[in-house]
This record gives sequence, structure tokens and C-alpha cells, in this order.
Amino acid sequence: MKLIVCVKQVPDTTEVKVDPKTHTLIRDGVPSILNPYDHYAVEECVRIKEKIGEGSVTVITMGPPQARSALMRCLAIGADDAVLISDKVFAGSDTFATAYTLSQAIRKLGPFDMVFCGQQAIDGDTAQVGPELAQQLGIPQVTYVEKIEIDDKHKLTIHKQTEDGYHILETKAPILLALLPPASFQPEHPPMSSILKAKKKPFNVWDAKVLGGDESKFGLEGSFTQVIKTYSPPSRGKCEIIEGEDKEAAKKLGDILLKHEALTKR
Amino acid sequence: MNFKLTDMQKLFQKTIREFCEKEIKPISAKIDKEEYFPWDLYRKMGKMGLMGMTVPQKYGGAGIDKVSYMIALEEISRYCGSTGLTVEAHNTLGVGYIYERGTEEQRKKYLPKYTTGEAFVALAITEPNAGSDVASLQTTAVLEGNEWVLNGTKQFITSGDIAGITIVMAKTDKTKGVKGISAFIVEKDTPGFKVGQLEDKLGVRGSRTAQLFFEDCQVPKENILGEKDLGFIGVMNTLDRGRTAVGAMSVGIARGALEDSIEYAKQREQFGRPIGKFQAIQWKIADMATETDAARLLVHRAAFLEDQGLPFSKEASMAKLFASEMAMRATRNAIQVFGGYGYIREYPVERYFRDVKLCEIGEGTSEVQRIIIAKQLGL
Repeated sequence: MKLIVCVKQVPDTTEVKVDPKTHTLIRDGVPSILNPYDHYAVEECVRIKEKIGEGSVTVITMGPPQARSALMRCLAIGADDAVLISDKVFAGSDTFATAYTLSQAIRKLGPFDMVFCGQQAIDGDTAQVGPELAQQLGIPQVTYVEKIEIDDKHKLTIHKQTEDGYHILETKAPILLALLPPASFQPEHPPMSSILKAKKKPFNVWDAKVLGGDESKFGLEGSFTQVIKTYSPPSRGKCEIIEGEDKEAAKKLGDILLKHEALTKR
Repeated sequence: MNFKLTDMQKLFQKTIREFCEKEIKPISAKIDKEEYFPWDLYRKMGKMGLMGMTVPQKYGGAGIDKVSYMIALEEISRYCGSTGLTVEAHNTLGVGYIYERGTEEQRKKYLPKYTTGEAFVALAITEPNAGSDVASLQTTAVLEGNEWVLNGTKQFITSGDIAGITIVMAKTDKTKGVKGISAFIVEKDTPGFKVGQLEDKLGVRGSRTAQLFFEDCQVPKENILGEKDLGFIGVMNTLDRGRTAVGAMSVGIARGALEDSIEYAKQREQFGRPIGKFQAIQWKIADMATETDAARLLVHRAAFLEDQGLPFSKEASMAKLFASEMAMRATRNAIQVFGGYGYIREYPVERYFRDVKLCEIGEGTSEVQRIIIAKQLGL
């Protein structure tokens, strides 16, 4: 089975601050990391490959040359080869242009069985690239995937998280899956020996020319959305701090909630 | 000249840092306060390859370069000095020694088993009356038939009580001083081998420090490690490696002091502003940062020379000497930045201070390092 994972290098948002004047992210000195959702997706994908006992896992990212380190990390986790799609032409891509670019790369790689994405990236949080990519590739998709089981005949049983429980879906390849943090395992840190092996795995860098496709769909030019302005919304209302012993404070809180009809008495 | 880490080294650093943040940071205070030994942590480190870092993969190790090993030790020690020491002693003095000096049979027999984190290897040199003066060892080994018979007492042995095997330095020729010392691999269940009391220490309280007794302790003839009577050269070579490693530990602990001081100086307000806005605090922290960087460069230089197969003994001593004394200053200044909060156990800086004192003593005191450096300068 040929498995593909699309990943993104993101600023570690736990360390990002917003410039109070320009309202943009201060990225200076903020470490870049592999998007955690994508980390889970790569690990899940490697586990599936091991379970089937054959096939390959290719990781793809679109990004600046520094994104190489995110791909190296994926190779250390167990992916077999990596493609970095990198060109100034791709700068300013929105989710549509990103999905188009990734779909071109996947087509160029040839026939595949499954495409994995993290459910969303922790910087933009749009969760759009996965579904858009499935659309571009003309294959079905399942999002909010928490668990994947695969049987001998490659039938997939997927646990999709919903607001009030799970949908358990049966499907088969080709398909795109957008993954949540896994329910069935704890992601692990790759051992040192796997990191050493990563260095020897195939690593390709493709620019727009190598990639091919419709250049008008790349980057800022190919994007339907453009960021005109970012700002922090003004704070709303006032904050009241309830003091006192736990019991007494809980009662006060209850009274306030009742008064505002956030709670009702039975 | 190139001061940049390679892509691989950066990836090692990042991976180990994340691991330490998740697995070590939450328990480092407990390790110190309760002298807690986290077996589960060592198993996890074994899985990651941290318990046989420089041992080649064919013997079960990770097979990473010496600079990467120093990076790993710095990261681990940044969060916990006790864990840093336990890992360092096992890697350099334990499995590292067996790999460097062992026969192919010894490597195959011991290394795959002792790189998993399930069991430790200790090195026993020091005795109650022989510290820096290694030539005055009193433990003896006499060949009787097919067995070496060991007698003596060893002191301050890191992981001595939990080691599956201990490398024991003993006199095989009393007439020859340092040229009559050999090394032996002693398995823990060998009759005549006994673990004495554990030491109650100032710092690195989560690492185990034991006294060991050998009373007519018989070990198979083939358990001699390296050549007979030439053990001193082997152990000095291993200690050179250990010196760079203790330097890396010191850098890690100093970095902890530095990072915590910066964070505290930004938050703590006195006289209406963060104390980090006062020059008195800025200068302390600027010195800590400068000296930590200088020490790290010395450590990486020594490890780099070793990776290149070049002599590194003098540079290793320099790295250990400077890094350990620098870290002592840095941790002392960190307590000063924290003021009263630095003196209490609620904050980790007092632990850094207690932990790093070891680095000026263990694996050759600062005084011994100066002797080694001076000797190599032709004095």
C-alpha cells in the first residue's frame, strides 16, 4: 500500500505572542515544530504500514527550506521518503492554493492508496486543507478520525469523532483521512538510531517547475482569500472574582448563574 | 571553522529536549527530595537509545557521535542533575568502557543487555584511601587457577547498588604502582561481592552512591577487561571521555540556572519594575549566559576532537574544569537573583547549586584537572 502524509511546519504557538500594535504574530525567536496533529498522523500511518507488513509512507510538505527539519523528524518517526515543495511562487498560499499544490505533488508521485493529514494545523486552525485536497484529488474523505483499523483485505474501520459520540464507518482505499490525536496509542519519541537512519532516506526538493501544473493556481495569485487586517477583538463585559471558602464561593457562583439564567433550579 | 550543529544533531537535541520536558521535568524535584530512582524513566530512555548512546548499533546502542552525546547529556542535566549523572556514568564509565576496551566476546555478551535501561553498569575505582591518587589502590586481584580472586573495598561508586555488572579496578602487581592495575567485570550475584551503605549526599541525591566490598570474590579468568597490568591506561582514557561528559552535565545545570533566572527576573517586581530592568541583575545574567556558552564550546570542541580521532585529553580536562567551576558560579548567582526564594526548596535553583558541586569533584577534581593540563603544557 502506498501511503502519503501531508504535514506542516508551524511556529510553536504555545510560545507565540501577538504584537500589540500590528496585531500580527511575533515569530522572531519562536521555535518551529512539526504540527502536533501531523506528528500523530505520521505515526498512525507508520503503524498501519507495519500492521499490513508492506508498502511505503511518503511525507510531503509545502514550505520554506527550513521546513526540511519537520520532514526529517517524520523520517525519524518512520516515514520512508520525503518531498519538500519549496519555491517563492508558493508564498502567500491560502488553503485552496495549498491544497492544489499538494494535489499536484501527490499526482506526480503516482498511484496511491491513502492520504493522511492532521485534522488541523495549530497556527491557522482552519482544518480546510485536508478536505480541499480530497476534493482536488477526487477521492472520498473522513475527518475527525480518532482510530483506524485495517483488516487483511484492507477494509478500513474508522472511528470518527462527533459532538455526541462516534460514527463507526467502513470504507476502503483510495481515501483521505484527517486525524485527531490518536485514541489507541501514545505518540512516542523516536529513538536515536531511527534519527540516524533518517539521514539516509530519500529526500526530494521540488520547485514550481519540477512540480508542473497551472501556475496561476499557486501562491498568492491562486488564493481566493487574502488577509487584509488582523486584530484582537476588544474585551467584552467585566470580570468578577468570587472570593471566600470553597463552599461559600460555590454557592455565590451558583446564585449568580441562576440570576443570569445560565442555570435553572430543578 | 563551523560552529553550527548538523541537521541530525539539531534533531537529536529537539527530540531529547521534548522527551525531558515530558518525562523528567515533572519528577525532577521528587527525584531530589525523595532520593527517588525512576526505573520506568530509564526503561523509556533505553528505548530511545539513551542508555548506550555511543555504542554502535550492532551491539544494541544508538551509535551517535560524541558531540551528539554531549548535547544529550546537557539536555538531561538541564532538567535533572541526578538523572544526568546516572546516565553519564552508565554511558561513559560503564558500557562505553566495555565497548572501548572489551573483547568481541565481552561486547557481545554484555552490551546488548546493558543498553536497554533495565540494568546498569558501574565503574569502581575510588577506595576509602585512594581517590585522586589512583596508584595507591589497595584492592587486589590474584589469579588462582581459572579464576581471579578479588579483595578490597570500593567507595563512592555511582549506581553501585543497582548495577548488573561492575567494572572493578584492582592491583594485579603490587610492585608496579599504576603499571600494575587491571580491570575486571564482576557480575552482581558473584559470591564474595557485597553492597554496603548508600551515601547521604549534598546533591545529585537521586543518583545512587554505594560502598562495595569484595571478599575472596572469584570471577572467571576471561572477565579481565583489557590487558593485565595495563588497566590504568584504559581507565584514564575512559576518564578523559568522562571529563568532557561531566563538562556537558555542568553546562546543562548552568543553563537551567540561566533560563530560570531570566524568567524570574522578568516576573519578579521590586521598586515598581521587574528586577531584570536593574543593571545589577542584568550583569549577573549576562555573565551567566556568556560563561555557559564558553563552557559549551569547550565541551563541544573536546567531543569534536574525539569524533575526529584526534588527541583530546587536555581539552577534555579544560572543558570539565571550566564548565564545572563556571556552573558553580552560575548557580550561586541564580540563587542571588532569586533572593530568599532561591534559598528555599520551592524553586529548583538551590538544587542546581547542590547538584553541580559534584562536577568539581567527581571523575577527577578541579585540582587534578589543573595538574593534567599543566603536564600537557610541558610543566
